[in-house]
Amino acid sequence: MSQDAATQPTAIQVSGLTKAFGKGNARTMALKDTSFDAREGDLQLIVGPSGCGKTTLLSVIAGTLVPDTGEVIVFGEPLHAMRSAAVTRFRRRYIGFIFQQFNLIPTLTLAENVSIPLLLAGSGTSKAERAATAMLDRVGLAGREKNHPRQLSGGQQQRVAIARALVHDPRLLICDEPTSALDRETGHQIMEILRDIARKPGRSVIVVTHDPRVYEFADRIAEMEDGRVLRQLEGAAMADVSL
Amino acid sequence: MLLGDRAKFVMLLGGVTFAALLMLQQASVFCGLLTWTTSHITNLQARVWVVEAKVEQANELKPLRDTDVSRVRSVDGVGWAVPLYIGITNARLSDGNFKPILLVGLDSATLVGRPATVLGGRLEDLRKPNSIFIDDLALQRLRTPGGPAPGIGDSFEINDREARVVGICKADRAFFGYPYVFTTYDQALQFAPRQRKMLSASLVEPADGWTAEATARKIERETGLKAYTHDEFFWATIRWYFKNTGIPISFGTTILLGIIVGIAISGQTFYTFVLENLRHLGALKAMGAGNLLLSGMLVFQALFVGFTGYGVGMLAAVAFGTGAIKRGQPPFVMPWQLPAGVFLLILLICLLAALIGILKVTRLEPAVVFRG
Repeated sequence: MSQDAATQPTAIQVSGLTKAFGKGNARTMALKDTSFDAREGDLQLIVGPSGCGKTTLLSVIAGTLVPDTGEVIVFGEPLHAMRSAAVTRFRRRYIGFIFQQFNLIPTLTLAENVSIPLLLAGSGTSKAERAATAMLDRVGLAGREKNHPRQLSGGQQQRVAIARALVHDPRLLICDEPTSALDRETGHQIMEILRDIARKPGRSVIVVTHDPRVYEFADRIAEMEDGRVLRQLEGAAMADVSL
Repeated sequence: MLLGDRAKFVMLLGGVTFAALLMLQQASVFCGLLTWTTSHITNLQARVWVVEAKVEQANELKPLRDTDVSRVRSVDGVGWAVPLYIGITNARLSDGNFKPILLVGLDSATLVGRPATVLGGRLEDLRKPNSIFIDDLALQRLRTPGGPAPGIGDSFEINDREARVVGICKADRAFFGYPYVFTTYDQALQFAPRQRKMLSASLVEPADGWTAEATARKIERETGLKAYTHDEFFWATIRWYFKNTGIPISFGTTILLGIIVGIAISGQTFYTFVLENLRHLGALKAMGAGNLLLSGMLVFQALFVGFTGYGVGMLAAVAFGTGAIKRGQPPFVMPWQLPAGVFLLILLICLLAALIGILKVTRLEPAVVFRG
């Protein structure tokens, strides 16, 4: 935990969330009237078995999936009540994404990949690429800006993804299994970077993971099962995480 | 994205290039062929053609009586009228071989309808007995195997009569592929097999103050013959070939094939490209790229391929056309409307291909990027 929990403002407040996929007999409830919250300054993990609804919850929090019912408030903005275009603008401005498979565009250079969020926000190309180069320096990839993703190892690609997620200075970082494709040591390095980001004022980092090796980096852990958040643990209680 | 995927880019470019080449080349050959059907009209350059009442096109002239020229001359609005003979006959070369020719007999006094471009000799020499002008095609077609091309001073036989070459001219090719042989009307009647009626047409110049249309209509009313202005005869001939031959269907099928191949290859490749990049497009969408931006990206990439493919296809078609024009066949004419039309078609094909991708992208949920 970065500071006293009582003084930390709420970053995310989710309540009464339901989401179903499919129709008729094929209808599956991915989220069942579940609630969840996250604080600024925290790195919070969402853990649970496959199919428990972790990714669906993450998608709803990120504003990439519309819930059937319930409220999603992120930094005071009610995403559930906003129009699609407004949610897109919100994501563009306030959210950074780190994906399990990195999702770097293979035909673009590292600098071009990292500058995408700035270009989407309306920055000029040269300004965006300067900022991207500086961000690549910060994640330990100085001098590699002209390289392409295929020239990098998995860990290096994930660093590029982190640089891309951070380049526009977002308040919320959404990470989907960021260490699953990495070895233990690289995974730890990545988690340290994410924890440092969470410590910055007004920031919050949400990580969906299956990887128990990274639990030690969490400020809070939300345990999910069968479409519901069973409990949110912090401090010494996190040692009780059963999944 | 697309430009970085070399294999797909090359395949798309190949598809669009092939489609553009097929459409341009086939349509140009088709236009060339149509030009060949109107070669009599373009070679003889008369303002009004008077022909037998049932004649529908320039390559099917039915004979008139010689006195019909006088009847035409007597019509108000006719400045002057001259007789014309056009017929297919055979030339017997020095080695005994027969070659078909298009024999044209021009009015002896005025030589109206004479070839516009003389490559050698003097047109006035046509008035000498047994004299002929041959066109540039005759240099190839009327040469004996292994022998030199016929030239001024050479002679061959037409219907057992000696025909002596006194000049060489340039003429548009005829639809049947036979060389033009020009002579005087009187001499043509000697060369041609004798029939009851020998006059093929009368070439007319309207009187001062008369338009070609008015003169033609007046001639029709007063003589019962058919009179066409230059443009009327040109388009009547084109229309006749459209209606009565399989040429438009044959070429149209090939051109349609070009369009289908273009749509199939570019559409399928573009769709595959979008499918393969769905995760990246989903990631861009998650990061805040709107449908409009992503659609714009797809349209830009499709148009880039379209413009490039069209350019390469156009270059290939021009290269083919240059070779065809040098060889003299196949016929090749590319009016400006053709590249413009093909350009629009290619644009349409590319936009259709982009549209397939756009439909996929606009339905794409950005959450797809989180699914394994």
